[in-house]
Amino acid sequence: MTWINTILILLSACLAVFWQTAFHGVRHLLGAQIDLLPALMVYASLSAGFTSVVLLAVCGGLWFDSLSANPLGVSVLPLLLVGVALYSSRDLILRSQTFARFFLGFTASIAVPFLALILLLTTSQRPLLGWGTLWQFVVMGVAGGIAAPLYFELFGWLLRLLGPAEMSETSFRSDREIRRGR
Amino acid sequence: MLKRPHYIALALIVVLTLTILNLPSQTTARLKLGIGSFFLPLFGLASSSQRAIEKTGEAIVPRQELLRQNEALRRENTQLRLELMDSSKAVQENDKLRRLFNWKQRSPLKLKLGRVILSEPANWWRTAQIDLGTRDGISNNLAVLTPEGYLIGRVAQAFYTHSQIVMVGDHNCKVAARVEPGGDTGIIGASHPLANNLVEMAFLPNNANLKSGQLVKTSGKGGVFPENIPIGQIVVTYPAEAGLSRSAQVRLGANLASLDEVWVRFP
Repeated sequence: MTWINTILILLSACLAVFWQTAFHGVRHLLGAQIDLLPALMVYASLSAGFTSVVLLAVCGGLWFDSLSANPLGVSVLPLLLVGVALYSSRDLILRSQTFARFFLGFTASIAVPFLALILLLTTSQRPLLGWGTLWQFVVMGVAGGIAAPLYFELFGWLLRLLGPAEMSETSFRSDREIRRGR
Repeated sequence: MLKRPHYIALALIVVLTLTILNLPSQTTARLKLGIGSFFLPLFGLASSSQRAIEKTGEAIVPRQELLRQNEALRRENTQLRLELMDSSKAVQENDKLRRLFNWKQRSPLKLKLGRVILSEPANWWRTAQIDLGTRDGISNNLAVLTPEGYLIGRVAQAFYTHSQIVMVGDHNCKVAARVEPGGDTGIIGASHPLANNLVEMAFLPNNANLKSGQLVKTSGKGGVFPENIPIGQIVVTYPAEAGLSRSAQVRLGANLASLDEVWVRFP
């Protein structure tokens, strides 16, 4: 079951990166391209194992950078940082609540590009920055906030579909067992 | 929550990432190419499905409309052929005069048509990738133009099958430009993150007589772009650097947000 989840997460990461490079309707409409990897990381860190979190950060980050003008590896560390932070405190998070998922998706989708920008600036790169960047963060945050609960629903459905069927409860109840004496 | 093996794994990944970040640029480019090739089936699928949609669209165009377009194109073709004959005479005359005065001969314009295959996923760069690479004779720093002839940018990195182009407005694509008429020169630099079609032209002379609507073309002084490639038009000018020079906002002729086909211009 765990490996199905990991494969599905990596497949989704690959499709998310492809979608971001091949379709730019959102950028035309709102002036910012949305990033679906942080929302996926929220799902992975709250519902999957540590291996999935690490694999998503490494593969997702490298895939993203390979199709971008970013220096290779610059997106790995922000994704990893957000993923590990959520994973280490996931017992304290109300992860079944839609609002909590939205809030985490929103925060992660702002934190990841923000950390990536800081990393870029430390590597003497000159990304395009200005007041418009704040608007881009808002767009990315809201999109990530919407995407995170959707990921939970989608993966829940896929795992039910692909995973082993749940055992149905039997009608036997131990507290109703008639103990017969001699 | 985190255990000792987790910390070891994290430390290893951080070290690995920092190593990749500090690799030489050529090695990084090869690595990027290798990792990016993972997406080739997906891009192939996307382009073939797009072609199928286009073909379906073409199949449902009525015959009457096709005949009308055919007639219009035939007329345009005849007119252009006459104009070409006329201009070829002028070119011959020009070449003859150049020979008489011992001026450098002008080489004919060499262009190659490419298609934009993917756009930049990050919001802080202005780059794209086209389907022309070193196998098509593409090399770094060649100028990239729209089908209408406006400057888009330059080839930043040429790979075997495709190339990355960096567009005007990115910090990595500065353009030496000239205002016409007047001939005042300046440098076109970065744009605003949200404004795709507005860029700043800086270092214009303080006494330059600039008006909105004046044409901006490449000056050929930067050593990367050939001269006289149209870039756009001046929108507004304002003093800069504490009044030491002037800057202008230039509206680009190329619509960078919706690029489909591009010309790569060879020197």
